[in-house]
Amino acid sequence: MNDFIFFFNQVVIGGAVLGSIYALGAVGITLIFGILRFAHFAHGDMMTMGGFVAFLLAGIVAATGIAFPLPTGFVVLPFAMVIAAVLALGIDKGFYAPLRARGARPVTLLIASIGVTMMIQGVIRLFFGSSSYSFFEGGSKKLYRIDLPFEGVTRPISFTEPQLLLVILTAVAVIALHLFLTRSRLGKGMRAMADNADLARVSGINTKLVVRVTWVIAGALACLAGTMLALDVSLKPDLAFNIVLPIFAAAIVGGLGHAYGAIAGGFLLGFAETMAVFNWAVLLRPFRDALPEWFEIPSSLALVQSEYKLTVAFIILVVVLLVRPTGIFKGAST
Amino acid sequence: MTMRYVGLFSGLFVLIVVVGLFMGAPFTVRLMVEAFAFALIAMGLNIQWGFGGLFNFGILGMLMVGGFAMVFIAFPVNEAFWASDGPAMLGMTLFAAAIGAVLIVLAHNVQRIGIIGKWRGAVIVLAWFVAYVIFRSQMDPAASYITSEAGWIGGLGLPVLLGWAFGGVLAAAIGFFVGKISLGLRTDYLAIATIGIAEILRAVIKNVDWLTRGTLTVSPIPWPVPNPQAFQAMGHDPSMSFVLARSGFLVLVVAVVAIALFLIHRAYNGPWGRMMRAIRDNHIAAGSMGKDVTKRQLELFVFGSALMGIGGAILTSFVGIYDPSSYQPINHTFIIWVMLIVGGSGNNFGALIGGLFIYIVWVLSEPMAQALFLNLSDFSQGMGWGEIPDISARAIQMRVFVLGLVITIALRFAPKGLLPEFVRRHD
Amino acid sequence: MNVVELKNVVAGYGGAPILNGVNIAIEASDIGVIVGPNGAGKSTTLKAIFGLLTVTEGEVEFEGRDITNSEPDRLVPLGLSFVPQEHNVFTSMTVHENFEMGAFVRRDDLSASLEMVYEMFPDLKAKRNQNAGELSGGQRQMVAMGRALMSQPRLLMLDEPSAGLSPRYMMEIFEQVVKINAAGVGILMVEQNARQALAFATKGFVLASGQNRYTGTGRELLDDPEVAKSFLGG
Repeated sequence: MNDFIFFFNQVVIGGAVLGSIYALGAVGITLIFGILRFAHFAHGDMMTMGGFVAFLLAGIVAATGIAFPLPTGFVVLPFAMVIAAVLALGIDKGFYAPLRARGARPVTLLIASIGVTMMIQGVIRLFFGSSSYSFFEGGSKKLYRIDLPFEGVTRPISFTEPQLLLVILTAVAVIALHLFLTRSRLGKGMRAMADNADLARVSGINTKLVVRVTWVIAGALACLAGTMLALDVSLKPDLAFNIVLPIFAAAIVGGLGHAYGAIAGGFLLGFAETMAVFNWAVLLRPFRDALPEWFEIPSSLALVQSEYKLTVAFIILVVVLLVRPTGIFKGAST
Repeated sequence: MTMRYVGLFSGLFVLIVVVGLFMGAPFTVRLMVEAFAFALIAMGLNIQWGFGGLFNFGILGMLMVGGFAMVFIAFPVNEAFWASDGPAMLGMTLFAAAIGAVLIVLAHNVQRIGIIGKWRGAVIVLAWFVAYVIFRSQMDPAASYITSEAGWIGGLGLPVLLGWAFGGVLAAAIGFFVGKISLGLRTDYLAIATIGIAEILRAVIKNVDWLTRGTLTVSPIPWPVPNPQAFQAMGHDPSMSFVLARSGFLVLVVAVVAIALFLIHRAYNGPWGRMMRAIRDNHIAAGSMGKDVTKRQLELFVFGSALMGIGGAILTSFVGIYDPSSYQPINHTFIIWVMLIVGGSGNNFGALIGGLFIYIVWVLSEPMAQALFLNLSDFSQGMGWGEIPDISARAIQMRVFVLGLVITIALRFAPKGLLPEFVRRHD
Repeated sequence: MNVVELKNVVAGYGGAPILNGVNIAIEASDIGVIVGPNGAGKSTTLKAIFGLLTVTEGEVEFEGRDITNSEPDRLVPLGLSFVPQEHNVFTSMTVHENFEMGAFVRRDDLSASLEMVYEMFPDLKAKRNQNAGELSGGQRQMVAMGRALMSQPRLLMLDEPSAGLSPRYMMEIFEQVVKINAAGVGILMVEQNARQALAFATKGFVLASGQNRYTGTGRELLDDPEVAKSFLGG
């Protein structure tokens, strides 16, 4: 039984945490793709930027000496999200909007987004260096342990407070996004523009407003994901740059432009990664007596070594691109 | 237009001379060797993107492959490996891989015995899994045996120039497979697919210690020309021997670049180049005229990859150390894009001048930022605000920012680059 | 008063102009039909009115107000509406949502307009929660027209509404056009099925090479032997 709890902690909790981060990032990428038709490569760095904004705010709040029952980084999140949304709007206005106004091809915007990636990274490192920071300087993350009332079970189900908050927040964000896209006038306008931008324009939909709303949502969600990721691990300048590819993979696996697909793709990749590096030998051990004599359980029975964890997402991505380039949820609407 | 070429190249020459005056000869010659190697890589990207419109975000992978190929050819032989059971075990691994490959090929053909649709898919997946398990069952023990007995397999001890050539060949081979599986994709998917494949390559090269020594790094890698130590042994002082040795290297690299430039230029202005441009500008029309678009695009991708591989091999042999963890997307993929866009996509000389100029900007923005910060720091100290901490660490980050700024400015104000593509009109 | 008036409009996509001085005037009680050979600039005329390409010379007026080169999101609230020829529904959205998108510029209660549209196209009422992409070509055309009517326009522009439709659907669409017009909405449409359309047009415009060739009532054009010979296929 202990082995199963180990499995639960590693794969189910680990996958849910990773999947939440991927999902939040992938939604932003997929919304931007749906509205502006380009792969926004700087999205990972917008996540990192959001994390640093929250970190600065948390530092200011901590300096006032007010104590909260929740992590400070979490408390300042709404404000950080607002600032991140404004920054995202500024980035669009400064770097992408002029190119769109010129009628540049989407690939030009993709290349421009590399420039933005480098500028964001440069600025962050200019001010913060390349070291990592913790939101829990001096304190420690609250750890939850749930002991199961079974005989012989000694290992508890365990997760940290940031992990719990992350999964809850992701669920809230997904529901809020769903309601926005299906109930609100602007959200429907966004779906309309993703569906058929020319017709949206002809219908009198204010496409410039829709573009702004898209950046606000993508920027805010990126900040949410970046901050929660930094709370879970630690904050460093290449925090999200390293995972922007799995996030893209999630968006593509879910079908670029499809918000629900991106969420599903995020969780799919999150669980796939944790399952691929999980040592399945652990689950065989309880059945040792039932297995035949000649069968020896190897000490390591993982599908891939943990050094190759990140490549799992790429391999899934490449396979999906080859087999079903439109994503596995083809037919799902925005 | 000719004036523009003359002006830009003489401007660049003046810039190099000024750099030489300020930074000294050893630094400048080193800078030029690396700049020309990067220019060669930018020309490779120009073949893919400028001529073919094929997005490649996986340049880093090609450079790593080129570097590894050079190490494998040119590094001295590791006797301990050849004396051990390692070669035999690798042979077994190869055999296992072949069995796996046969299984996969068979699985892809099961429709002939009436297994179709979902069942065929299941058989294929199963075959891949079994092949993977068979391969791993031989690979893992071989890898751990080699690392414990001999460290790694070592090189072949052959001439370095052969290593450069092999770098091109191996990168071309990898490029063939990458192109084969991803060239049918739309541009933005192609970008993500190529970067994904490059990241897989990076992870593999970084972790297969038995083949590449991984994070343990390989050094010293021999030079194709006498190295500084050789000149020092001849009695030159250290600074002079660096200049002499690096100059010899520079001559070799410039020769390679010149040959590549000549060959590309000839091909591009011939019927082959015309067809390529036709395909890029309207591949539907070109396809309907009976041109095999995918095959031509694959050719471009392979040629471009070969140049990248050679460039990667040159860079590795110049620094004399192969360190897989030193490869970073910004330093080895994005910078090449900046070079090509700023220089002028679709123009070989644009790629050349972009490569040289951007590499100089990239390297020099560090000392310049440092000088700027030191002045600012003095100023803020003078104002009583205290000094700026960690100046040298911060200055090195400035160049990433500068690079990003340069490409966004170029895209906005000079999207065709310094030397725009020369468009011939036949009508 | 004219609901829309084009005065010597020259327009194009940046290169050589496609319209070389087009004159059109439509009153609220009119059904105007533009006919002409391929490449004459029929659809371009509608797009020029709607600000989808640049007017370099001349003027476009809507109810006496200059609207030359205005963006659609300003024109729709004024009372113009446009049904493009192709890709004219949001395929991933339901019929109902398509109608809501037509009324994007309105902030008031939509129920009366929705009722009117469903009354006009009763087939769609049952399919209101179905994605528009799942409908047949004729039904899609109805969704497109319904969407355009949801902004309560005073001028409805239709680009080849009968293209690719069966004769049954074509007649139904034309009937609805006449009904919409009877309710006080000016109509300006481009049609390939010139004879059928001119039969009920109060104003007909024959364009060729981006210029007016003939202008008259639908009847006059149909009876003109020159027009019949050159543009209506004998």
